[in-house]
Amino acid sequence: MEKRVIFKGWMLPALLLLPQIVITAIFFFYPAGQAIWQSMFVPDPFGLKTQFVGLGNFEYLLGDPYYRASFVTTAIFSGLVTVVSMGVALYLAILADRLIKGSGTYRTLLIWPYAVAPAVAGVLWMFMFNTRVGVVAWYLGLLGYDWNHVLNEAEAMGLVVVASSWGRISYNFLFFLAGLQAIPRSVIEAAAIDGAKFWTRFRTIVWPLLSPTTFFLLVVNVVYAFFETFGVIHTITAGGPQQATTILVYKVYSDGFVGQDLGSSAAQSVILLVLVGLLTVIQFKFIERRVHY
Amino acid sequence: MATLTLDNVRKSFGATDVIHGVDIDVQDGEFIVIVGPSGCGKSTLLRMVAGLEGITSGEIRIDEKRVNEAEPMERNIAMVFQNYALYPHMSVFDNMAYGLKIAKTPKDEIAARVAVAAKLLQLEPYLQRKPRELSGGQRQRVAMGRAIVRKPAVFLFDEPLSNLDAKLRVQMRLEIKQLQRELGVTSLYVTHDQVEAMTLADRMIVMNAGVADQIGKPLEVYENPQTEFVAGFIGSPATNFMPAGSIGVNVGKTVGIRPEHIKLTDSPTRLQARVAYCEALGAETLVHLRLPHGQLITVRQGGHLPLPSEGTDLWLGWDDAAMMVFGEDGKRI
Repeated sequence: MEKRVIFKGWMLPALLLLPQIVITAIFFFYPAGQAIWQSMFVPDPFGLKTQFVGLGNFEYLLGDPYYRASFVTTAIFSGLVTVVSMGVALYLAILADRLIKGSGTYRTLLIWPYAVAPAVAGVLWMFMFNTRVGVVAWYLGLLGYDWNHVLNEAEAMGLVVVASSWGRISYNFLFFLAGLQAIPRSVIEAAAIDGAKFWTRFRTIVWPLLSPTTFFLLVVNVVYAFFETFGVIHTITAGGPQQATTILVYKVYSDGFVGQDLGSSAAQSVILLVLVGLLTVIQFKFIERRVHY
Repeated sequence: MATLTLDNVRKSFGATDVIHGVDIDVQDGEFIVIVGPSGCGKSTLLRMVAGLEGITSGEIRIDEKRVNEAEPMERNIAMVFQNYALYPHMSVFDNMAYGLKIAKTPKDEIAARVAVAAKLLQLEPYLQRKPRELSGGQRQRVAMGRAIVRKPAVFLFDEPLSNLDAKLRVQMRLEIKQLQRELGVTSLYVTHDQVEAMTLADRMIVMNAGVADQIGKPLEVYENPQTEFVAGFIGSPATNFMPAGSIGVNVGKTVGIRPEHIKLTDSPTRLQARVAYCEALGAETLVHLRLPHGQLITVRQGGHLPLPSEGTDLWLGWDDAAMMVFGEDGKRI
């Protein structure tokens, strides 16, 4: 039951809303407005003056093969991160859900990686797979596999996907576990008595009942892969090799702060803003209909 | 149609024994009710029959076939859960058809069987609804329907009425009874409610702390309880227990007398007591009296008798035949 409080005047509610509004205005509306404004200018090579170009930056970007390639990279990257992090998390949650003894320890250990900052996680993975001193790379070498994510594009993509998914698994695991435990035991038992084996039960009962959780995680993870993986990519591959791991957000940074093309960078931000807005709307509009209850 | 046999069935969780060797022989088509207080192991016993809990030792046989190792689905049983355990994302039809679909029953047969069950349970108008759009009683019926359509050998009921309000409970109790008679399926029914046990059972099993204290026809159990626990648990208001010595009985430790077997008189009989308070229920009156040493005794008398006023001293009298004597170990002497 939802409880609503009814205020008499407008002063108190306005006062209560103020902190949130101020934060949103300063850290969201103001920079977003700045980005939109800047996206209509081109700075000169020395950054001394700018020239108004209207939608020129956008026109240039959409014709730029590198930018279009970055779209594909982002799609592959975020798709993989979402599937890997949610898939592994679901698998672990199913195991933890069946656990009786030691489930507390198991859960705690699984949640730890979430506390590791993305950039730190990136460095960890980078060291493990470092082509010269990395432990994993060394063992792979013993097995006769020559690991080199600095040169190999697929390996680079694989590494950033794994590193980005790793910390995310904890987060998804928590939600999946909570979702699984919210399914009444007796419903599962009823299905077992009805003759459904584990996999059938999962497909016909557990998965549909878990769908609100899955949907929520899908939205959150796609947004995560789009925006919050910057630290991982920056520390491991810096967008390379050959821009193979330059996702849209990373390109905003490298074009703006490395390439010093702030106008293009701002235009890219605006495109991202619109893109994520659209993505969220689409997800809520279409996928939610297939969520069972 | 099947018989169900429990042969010295035991269950332990780690070092704790919860079921201490239960033996039951259920005849084909019989309605057996297991009744007992919370934590006596009755639900665990039912879940062991269902195959949802392992069996530590002993044997469970359905139609003389050992099922200890069988999966729930292989036992040919159907279970009705306390919270109904309906599949919330499926319509009533799909809920009932689920087991049949998994068994790869032909579509037209599924439709026919569900239709029969729906008619029997008056669920026909609701087949396309989701469980959340149904009332408690209707959900209960869907759970029953799901059990019926599979034509199981044994029905298992785990406190199916305890989530319903009092009036609906009485109604559903009758319906379950009629349904079971009509279908003639062997049933095992767990409840903590003695009224359900008395009214539904062909035979009832009174369980106490993992032991089946007594097995018998409801009236037999009521009139002739074999242990102090059974005498105290079955019957409402509960049996009055008094130390044997205090009322001049030389054998045993405790004597139990049912409230309806005590007569109140003004003239001296066996014991004197003071009326503490009365509960007039209409058809009957419960009179609570305090013995000189403080113990409360309940007496049940007809509602037509005049209400004794509180504080008056009355005499309690009873026939020798009404005394149930129990020994040190709680067993009937």
